[in-house]
Amino acid sequence: MTEPVILVSDLVKRYGEVEAVRGIGFEVQPGETFGFLGPNGAGKSTTIKILCTLADPTSGTARVAGYDVRKQRDTVRRNIGLVFQDTTLDSYLTGEQNLRFHADLYGVPKAQLAPRMRQVLEMVNLWDRRTAEVATYSGGMKRRLEIARGLLHAPRVLFLDEPTVGLDPQTRSSIWEYINDLKTREDITIFLTTHYMDEAENCDRIAIIDHGKIVAIDTPENLKASIGKDRVQISTSDDQAAIAELTDRFGLDAAMSEGMVTFNVENGEHFVPRLFGGLTAQIRSVSVARPTLDDVFMSYTGKTIRDAEATAGDRNRAHVMAFRRGR
Amino acid sequence: MAIGVTEQQQPGRQVTDAIRVSVPDSGLRQDLRAVNIVWRRELIRFRSDRLRAVTSLVQPVLFLFVLGTGLSSLASHGLPQGIDFKTFIYPGVLAMSVLFTAIFSAASIVWDREFGFLREMLVAPVSRSAIVIGKCLGGATVATFQGIVILALAGLAHVPYDPVLFLIVIGELLLLSFTLTAFGVMMAARIKQIQAFMALTQMLVMPLFFLSGALYPLRGLPGWLTVLTRLDPLTYIVYPMRYAVFSHLTLPSQATELLSPSLTWFGWTVPVGLSLAMVALMGAGLLTIAILEFQKTE
Repeated sequence: MTEPVILVSDLVKRYGEVEAVRGIGFEVQPGETFGFLGPNGAGKSTTIKILCTLADPTSGTARVAGYDVRKQRDTVRRNIGLVFQDTTLDSYLTGEQNLRFHADLYGVPKAQLAPRMRQVLEMVNLWDRRTAEVATYSGGMKRRLEIARGLLHAPRVLFLDEPTVGLDPQTRSSIWEYINDLKTREDITIFLTTHYMDEAENCDRIAIIDHGKIVAIDTPENLKASIGKDRVQISTSDDQAAIAELTDRFGLDAAMSEGMVTFNVENGEHFVPRLFGGLTAQIRSVSVARPTLDDVFMSYTGKTIRDAEATAGDRNRAHVMAFRRGR
Repeated sequence: MAIGVTEQQQPGRQVTDAIRVSVPDSGLRQDLRAVNIVWRRELIRFRSDRLRAVTSLVQPVLFLFVLGTGLSSLASHGLPQGIDFKTFIYPGVLAMSVLFTAIFSAASIVWDREFGFLREMLVAPVSRSAIVIGKCLGGATVATFQGIVILALAGLAHVPYDPVLFLIVIGELLLLSFTLTAFGVMMAARIKQIQAFMALTQMLVMPLFFLSGALYPLRGLPGWLTVLTRLDPLTYIVYPMRYAVFSHLTLPSQATELLSPSLTWFGWTVPVGLSLAMVALMGAGLLTIAILEFQKTE
């Protein structure tokens, strides 16, 4: 394996009493698309802020593109591109002026600027609109311009903080087309945060952070496989009898959900044929669903995203108390 | 010393047609380039915002021609023969024209924060001082432009179009507007809401203006007012500006003494040079504080 492009170990960030990040560690390999998932308040934004040198860690280290985020701040900054969830464009300037501003701040050599600017603008399909004021852009166009700007100085890592938040579904998927496309054109690692589980499918690997700790880290496929079971829903002529028989004969914990008899079982496709011989009630319909990343999140955090948010504060306090006693 | 994509290729990975961009290390040249672009952005924005250019001229023009003309019949009894009240308040109005523009230029940093653009500047690999200095220079330039428009109206206030006088006044306007922008940027570092910033500056700007001697000579005033006028930083720029204008008018010395009295501290005459040096020092001090404020990391 090559040297990781992001290397985080024992990272802690404390805001007063609250420990937002509680000792996390992970590596990201060059060329990866790495997704950082978690509910709001789980430590996602804090971690990305530290990696982008916008916040100093309380303890632990983080290296990005081979440089320490605290000691070599400017070098890290030159090697990363940033797209924040809130727009950071000057809407009174044109698209081109926004990019020129960025080029001067990042010291892009003047001889390379014109061809590079054309390249990134064409990549996000905004070359024709470059002389229009950003105020006239749609939400999706603004996000695309920010991606182009983030790439202008040829960073080694592109950070995308909730790149599709606030966009309609069609624009969201088109942004993803651009992101996936730029991977084929640029030698770049992408680190992104999202709370849309379906978008995390686009990542090579994901980490799930909850209450300031990483609870799972793997490829989406492995994560889904790790919780194993498929979700099977059937409708029958006598649902109650079916539930009883599922428990007695197959040892499965079935319940009514969405008007269907629902249960989880390994290798759902292979289990279904056994059902027809095993149930006395007549089966009217069957559906088998592979686990989604939503199921993965539920499985690792034991909660829905909303529940996780409500208790984040309490757990943090409890942890701080424990930490103090420990000292 | 260049750190670029080229040197950092991972073995075995193929880059397609990406333009090789090598970004240099930070240093004075990078910082100067950053100062320049932050400055130029202020100019670009000002040029595209003609409404702001026009509206910020309304107030000085009102003071000069409406208030100035209206009060001149009353004031003429106290003024030496042949002197227009407009001539008297002209230097004060010049100061006023940059006062508002400079402070509002600094307000743009609060806007930038609200609309996120400040972040784009603060995460860049340049020193924060480059950004603050660029911002102050931009505000100073834009404000001085406003002053120059008022300067073009000099003839209407019976002030001669003298190149030397104009150069002196433009220099003083630059100094004043830089100091004011630095003050505004320093405040903008702490005040995060635009409403609060506007309210606070409004509250400060009017007393500064009224106590500066822009509208009346700072002589023979009651003790409390004398003290307040000497504490007003704006006084120390209106004084040299009026001094410059009146030294280019041909007036009997009594008239000059009456309308452009020398500034005194407990009877001691403050030299014009010292007055200007104080403003410059204040500007440098405010700039330093502003830079320190923006230096902080979370």
